[in-house]
Amino acid sequence: MKIELRNPTRTLELEGPMSVQRMLNKLDLNRETVLVISDGTLVPIDAMLADDATIEIRNVISGGDR
Amino acid sequence: MKCRVCRGAALIDLRRHNANFCADHFVRFVQSQVGKAIHEFKMFDPEAKILVAVSGGKDSLAIWHILNELGYDADGLYIGLGITDYSDTSAVFARDFAVAHSLNLVEVDLDDTYGFNVPQGARAAKRVPCSACGMSKRHIFDRVALDGGYDVLVTGHNLDDEAAVLFGNTMHWQTDYLARQHPVLEAREGFPRKVKPLIRLDEREMAAYCVVVGIDYMLDECPMAAGNTHLRYKDALNLIESGSPGTKAAFVQKFLAQAAPIFADAAQESGVELAPCEHCGALTPSGLCAFCRLTARATGQPVELVPNPRLTS
Repeated sequence: MKIELRNPTRTLELEGPMSVQRMLNKLDLNRETVLVISDGTLVPIDAMLADDATIEIRNVISGGDR
Repeated sequence: MKCRVCRGAALIDLRRHNANFCADHFVRFVQSQVGKAIHEFKMFDPEAKILVAVSGGKDSLAIWHILNELGYDADGLYIGLGITDYSDTSAVFARDFAVAHSLNLVEVDLDDTYGFNVPQGARAAKRVPCSACGMSKRHIFDRVALDGGYDVLVTGHNLDDEAAVLFGNTMHWQTDYLARQHPVLEAREGFPRKVKPLIRLDEREMAAYCVVVGIDYMLDECPMAAGNTHLRYKDALNLIESGSPGTKAAFVQKFLAQAAPIFADAAQESGVELAPCEHCGALTPSGLCAFCRLTARATGQPVELVPNPRLTS
């Protein structure tokens, strides 16, 4: 699956299928600090992401560049 | 994952509330939390003339949207700070939102009005950019709110912002700042009433609200605030929150209920006298206010020539 991250902007590829929670764990991301979005819609934490999925992981913590 | 209210498919889980919500009920939940904050802290009446400080980011656009949805009369205030392309882009988000929702946006450009921008101000005053930026914004918020006859100034500070400030003030035992930390700052001579209706909502909830209702907001972060202490405090608190959901809310809410009154009482006993700034009239503990001193340094002008315009008519 293709994963777009921001701040800083970068793209990652991971092999699916995989749950959102497992993907966040694999990327060492704190679930309190991000949203997972696909086609402009929130993806719930228990959803399964297909191998061909394209998603955005959006950092939600404001206050300055990282 | 099912919505707590309708048992339909949920989009988001809010662990600190032990609840999941579908899109519709999440929007209602967020709006109700704002309504509760306004009511609990007696922020303003339904008829109030409201000015919302708008940056183009998620929190300020979301609170402007929510107030509009709840039926309040709220104008926006955008301040052009001259922070490279970041300011130009954030202005576009603020303007586009105002146009899309038929709302009135007041704009003040720091450079056009006072002759300097935030990077110049920070360099001239030998201050970190966030200090010059915050000082300039507060001065302009106060002026526009008072000149424009607004009853209250609303800012988009959320639960995470307040928790991070409280954490920093506590770590350094800044008792004078702890005395002032409250979601309502009462109006007094020279200062408008200021309120923070997002005090019950965290950053993830605000970003999710924007995605669900379709608010297009500025995703880039301020380049001048890179790696600041406030962000490190937020990271530390979110690490705790991930293991113990609800900790941030308890930290802020119990402070407000149990500790804030003690600090406020102590500060009142050792209150600092304020007097009007000799140049612009804003209340200050010294002869000239910090913003007029900053403007004089940044523009290289004597204080008597520092612009002192009325910002709204």
